[in-house]
Amino acid sequence: MRKTEQSRTPAYLSWGMIALVVAGALWWLFAPPLPEWLTQFPAPKGLDNAVAQQIDAAVNWMKQQWASFFDVFTWILRKILGVIESAMVTTPWPIVVALVLLLAWRLSGLRAAIFTAACLAYLGLFGFWEKSMTTLALVAASVLICVVIGLPVGILCAKSPRAKRLLEPVLDVMQTLPTFVYLIPAVAFFSIGKPPGVIATVIFALPSIVRLTALGIEQVPAVVREAADAFGARPMQKLLKVELPLALPSIRLGINQTIMMSLSMVVVAAMIGAGGLGLDVIRSLQHLKTGQGFLAGLAIVLCAMALDRMVRGRPPG
Amino acid sequence: MTNPVIQCRDVWKVFGALDAAVFAQIRAGTASKDEIQDKYSCVVAVADANFSIAAGEIFCIMGLSGSGKSTLLRHINGLVAPSAGDILIGGENIARLSRAGLRDLRARKIGMVFQNFALLPHRNVIDNVAFGLELRDVPRPERLARAREMLKAVQLEAWEDARITELSGGMQQRVGLARALAGDPDILLMDEPFGALDPLIRRQLQDQFTRLCRDMNKTAVFITHDLDEAMRIGSRIAIMRDGRILQTGAPHEIILSPADTHVAAFVRDVSSKDTLSAQHVMSRVAPGEMEQLARLPGILPDTILSEAARLAARENQDLPVRDGSGAIVGVLRVSEILTALAGRGQYAQN
Repeated sequence: MRKTEQSRTPAYLSWGMIALVVAGALWWLFAPPLPEWLTQFPAPKGLDNAVAQQIDAAVNWMKQQWASFFDVFTWILRKILGVIESAMVTTPWPIVVALVLLLAWRLSGLRAAIFTAACLAYLGLFGFWEKSMTTLALVAASVLICVVIGLPVGILCAKSPRAKRLLEPVLDVMQTLPTFVYLIPAVAFFSIGKPPGVIATVIFALPSIVRLTALGIEQVPAVVREAADAFGARPMQKLLKVELPLALPSIRLGINQTIMMSLSMVVVAAMIGAGGLGLDVIRSLQHLKTGQGFLAGLAIVLCAMALDRMVRGRPPG
Repeated sequence: MTNPVIQCRDVWKVFGALDAAVFAQIRAGTASKDEIQDKYSCVVAVADANFSIAAGEIFCIMGLSGSGKSTLLRHINGLVAPSAGDILIGGENIARLSRAGLRDLRARKIGMVFQNFALLPHRNVIDNVAFGLELRDVPRPERLARAREMLKAVQLEAWEDARITELSGGMQQRVGLARALAGDPDILLMDEPFGALDPLIRRQLQDQFTRLCRDMNKTAVFITHDLDEAMRIGSRIAIMRDGRILQTGAPHEIILSPADTHVAAFVRDVSSKDTLSAQHVMSRVAPGEMEQLARLPGILPDTILSEAARLAARENQDLPVRDGSGAIVGVLRVSEILTALAGRGQYAQN
């Protein structure tokens, strides 16, 4: 009895609803057009242009004022890249193959070594050897810089909640800002070629290693930290002998992520003259050569997979 | 008492943002526990703890979870700083130590064993044992030799290269004990070390621990929630509840004269067969009884109850208690032994 009473809508509500619908329909049919400020957001004319011009001016100013700084920075990047690339390109391929396979075997076991061998065979047979070495040199330089910067910053984030609060939004921006947006100033500051490619890659890939390092250290059990304290560990000893070793799986994952993200930037970096496998993809796109594009794309994928298997380490057990 | 190794004087620990006025109220006892928690969002973990521990003692702190016993333990090596009061190690107030001085104290004077072992899973057994020495920059061959010695002391010498995860819980805790002993500290802090282990393993480790403490002449503070364990290994026991030490005394003192109803409730079910001795349970010799007792072989006043019960069962009668010279000091009645073993009531001394 009660139930039916409750489920019945009161009469005034039903009538009210009908009236609303009718009024809405009448408005739709006969109302005068809305004023423009309601249908379109009243954007002040020329605001975007003015701000964009200011940013341009700022970039130009920085470019001129800090030219020597950027030049030195670019020079250092070129040197690092040069050393890595010439080492990989000028070393006879059998030696590179042997070293890479040995590394894969030592790091991650026989299966990873076999898979890596297959990938290298593809790169060699389809004529991608030199280009892939160029690409891998770019990746290696980016990853090196990411680790050198990311590891300490990650440790800082884990140790200081304040630093973490400050850096968190910066990392978010770095990860989500479309690459092309900072590619333009990167070219402005570092000219075209490989250095801006490395810079863009580092900006894109750095957050993951920072985050995973911080996460790894934060996950060290409090009681193990306490034990280190109880045995009189200095802060540095605690970091090096307890926290970093226990955070290693997470850090390793971070490096893995950084490598993958660097490889995913290869095509974008090729647009500003970084060369390598990405250049082949872009050329195929420009000339609508599906087959060539596919082969070059597959070369990038295989590089990524081989590196992933190598860095991932031995399966447990 | 000779110079105490560890001394706690009027130690208070209150967690939460604490201002002087609130603390004064808490100390005066005018604010109730709920009031402190709700109104000032503070928690009193340790309230006015006082004790001193002599060299070679095993001092047990017994209490249920949340009684503040682990927090109190962490005051002794400065992992937790008191809100008020002093902690003295070998007569030295640890609050006056510099950071480096405190680290040195922890590294050289105090070893600690944790309930969930807190070993380093990325190291093998021997490198875990040598960890404290490594922190003190002891050269590798030397620290490994010392660690090997400690592994031998806990009978794990065959496992030095094993990974921590390969060991059972009891073995892991023996590694923890070896790690604490490796630095040759005077003091061992044991934070419910055997709480996570099976009863049988626990019993073995208790015996091993008391033996090692005696042989190596260590002073230990041992936290437990198990009164039987405290009775078995403690030379003295402090019973804690809601941050307060209710009673401190030797095991038989706690059993014979519990300070209040809470202690009495803890003691009710504890087994007294290994804690009490003949002198605690015996009664005066009634007139006319002496003649018969004089013909019987006696037992010493410090014979433990389980042993006395066995003898009384064999003789199947009340036994005289004789002191060292053979004089009869009391009579141990079978009915009293049974009452004591059943574990109820209180036994007045003599």
